[in-house]
Amino acid sequence: MTLFHGLFKKPWLWSWLAVAVVWSATVMVTGGAGALGLSQAALTFAAFSVIVGIGQMFVITLGPGNIDLSVPATMTLAGTVALKLMNVDNGMIVPGLLAALAVGVAVGMCNYTLIKLLRIPPIIATLAMSFIVQSAAIWTNRGLRIKPPSLLAEFTTSSTLGIPNMAIVALLIAVAAWVLLEKTLYGRWITAIGQSMAAARMAGIPVDGTRFITYVLCAVLAALCGYLLACFSGGAALNMGAEYLLMSIAVVVIGGTSVAGGDSNVPGVWGASLFMFLVVSMLNTYGLGAGVRLIMTGLIIISVIVVASGRRARQP
Amino acid sequence: MKPSMPTPSAPPPPIIEVENARISFGAVKALDGVTLQIMPGECVGLVGHNGAGKSTIVNVINGGLTPDEGGVSANGNAIDAYGINVARAHGVRCVFQELSLCPNLTVVENARIVHRDLGGAGWRGRARRIIEESLDAVFPGHGIDSGETVGALSIAERQMVEIAMAFSDAGTAPRLVILDEPTSSLDASLAKQMLAHVRRFVAAGGAVIFISHILHEILATADRIVVMKDGRIVAERPAGGFTAHSLFETMGSVAKGEAARRESRDLASAPLVLEQAGSGLPFTARKGEIVGLAGLSGHGQTEMLMKLHAQRSGNWWPRHDPAVAFVAGDRRLNGVFELWSILKNLSIASLSDLSRQGFVNDEAEEGRGEDWKKRIDIRTRAMENPILSLSGGNQQKVLFARALSTRAPVVLMDDPMRGVDVGTKQEVYRIVRDEAAAGRTFVWYSTEMEEVCLCDRVYVFREGVIVAELAGGDVNEANILAASFQGAAA
Repeated sequence: MTLFHGLFKKPWLWSWLAVAVVWSATVMVTGGAGALGLSQAALTFAAFSVIVGIGQMFVITLGPGNIDLSVPATMTLAGTVALKLMNVDNGMIVPGLLAALAVGVAVGMCNYTLIKLLRIPPIIATLAMSFIVQSAAIWTNRGLRIKPPSLLAEFTTSSTLGIPNMAIVALLIAVAAWVLLEKTLYGRWITAIGQSMAAARMAGIPVDGTRFITYVLCAVLAALCGYLLACFSGGAALNMGAEYLLMSIAVVVIGGTSVAGGDSNVPGVWGASLFMFLVVSMLNTYGLGAGVRLIMTGLIIISVIVVASGRRARQP
Repeated sequence: MKPSMPTPSAPPPPIIEVENARISFGAVKALDGVTLQIMPGECVGLVGHNGAGKSTIVNVINGGLTPDEGGVSANGNAIDAYGINVARAHGVRCVFQELSLCPNLTVVENARIVHRDLGGAGWRGRARRIIEESLDAVFPGHGIDSGETVGALSIAERQMVEIAMAFSDAGTAPRLVILDEPTSSLDASLAKQMLAHVRRFVAAGGAVIFISHILHEILATADRIVVMKDGRIVAERPAGGFTAHSLFETMGSVAKGEAARRESRDLASAPLVLEQAGSGLPFTARKGEIVGLAGLSGHGQTEMLMKLHAQRSGNWWPRHDPAVAFVAGDRRLNGVFELWSILKNLSIASLSDLSRQGFVNDEAEEGRGEDWKKRIDIRTRAMENPILSLSGGNQQKVLFARALSTRAPVVLMDDPMRGVDVGTKQEVYRIVRDEAAAGRTFVWYSTEMEEVCLCDRVYVFREGVIVAELAGGDVNEANILAASFQGAAA
């Protein structure tokens, strides 16, 4: 009973519950056929949402008003720069990765510079930054679609022991993020800042340094995701990040992280990412039209959040 | 004292009469049975320490607060639904300490807001005439352009406009003007002009309630002085019956000396650990010293603590050896992390000592939590309970433990005893004394006289600067009060 009670207090539980329900509902229709394929596809596509979602989660943890809207543009720029640098050469995989991460570091630094020095609210600063970054991507790309190096294309699209490689990468990142959030000084600091910036400052926490690192971390994860996604989908496209703007925020919120900051969790990001993919697959399996599908997606997301927040309101 | 009033057979009824008003905010009695009559043709001076109930009684008179008990009558008639609009209709006007004009509008437009009956075509012209007449009357030669937006005026000019606004007549003549510290942003000559106008207004049959911390202004201007303390009127006499000194004594608390005064210590040879120059006296603190910050609340003490903290803590890079720790008084604003457990709230400031390579050592953290739970008796079953499960006093103890468990040689305290029960206070006093004896420095802002008197040395603040430094035997209520109020020098 205590275990049960304790489990129900976990905010990430609901997204996983939703995953189980939606998965079963889909598999039931197909009569069990394609259960493996569905699971593998879900893991693969969720992996990308997880990587950007974790970055966004750290930023949202910093408290009200903190958000990074430059995620899609950073993904695109990192993808295009890396593929151009690698130029289908397997020997350039590591320099390409480093270039992508450097793009992330640069964008993150610029984001926080705008926020801090010019005192622009994060939502505006990162949006403005995303236009600059997106333009840089267009300029770099010039309409060319360069293929990824063959090894990398192979790695991102294949599986190890039946588990998609992308899911393994995302899982490793998630474990690292969990340790960072729950076990380190940095994790305590961002959680404290998210609850009360004034109190954090007076408790001797280096508030600006911590926020700076967090924005850089988010942009680096977005850049890494862009690099992997570009290789996975056979080349960087200028709109490849578009759907990840809302996705990165949605998976954080559905995963049970408090939008008000200071209360975050990593497992929920995984659950929510799987859920977001599975909902669409389920509605596709039911053969619903595009319009109905979107409406249903919206309604299901709303109900998950309502159920989850209802639980939180009852807590003492 | 004042020109003889037109004397009809019966004396005129009071403009406003407050009858036995009581107001409580929670457990705090803001007004505890106050009866006050304001007669036409008199200026009433209202004095008292912070929290004496001056602002509360003013808010009752201007209709902003309805007393829990007791009533208000105007012109001798009791009024049931007394409110802001009723008060204005009876000619009650108020000039607040906090300037209440709209900074994005012009002076003329602000006049329109204050005077509702100024509407209709051509209101700008009428408003301009009214406000300019009043400005000319109160502050001859003021040089304020009434077409200017208020935001472009200096603080003093805004205050002048506000005062002129209160004395202006646009249909409903002002009969009672309440001036709540009107001269704090005016220089001496402007203050003189205003006080002269107050006398003219009173001579013409109006009434004024005048609140000021500058006592000689009150003594020179008021006909009658009302002294408030702890929500009650403790003295009410013609102004001639008071001297500056007797006013202080009446304001101060009668019972005192219950806090055991610490024996004075010789710290002159101890090294300086804090130094801060400012526009007033410089601030210094020595190792092992308890330095008090006193004065009326909101006169720059908290700002001083914030400055001391900000200059000695890293905002970008974690400091390995913290220089200062801070104990919040306003727990919700800058103290408690509400989502966290007691333990996490306690350990946050000293967490880098409990970590290795950035990883928090859970055992060390729990050990420190248990240690402090015993040392200052935090009343909870488990330190994992949420911080909000504790009473306010115990939350405050956790904040003390947070600061004291750091290695910081200086602890800054921002009036931390607000809302803390007597038992906890005594425990904390003991800890502070022990820690000071062990060489820690405390900078302690307190609004409670008893606590200030526990300090080795006290700086008194007025209007954002240090105006006096008291040490040893000079640290007492009379000296602190005298330095807090201007015009009290000897």
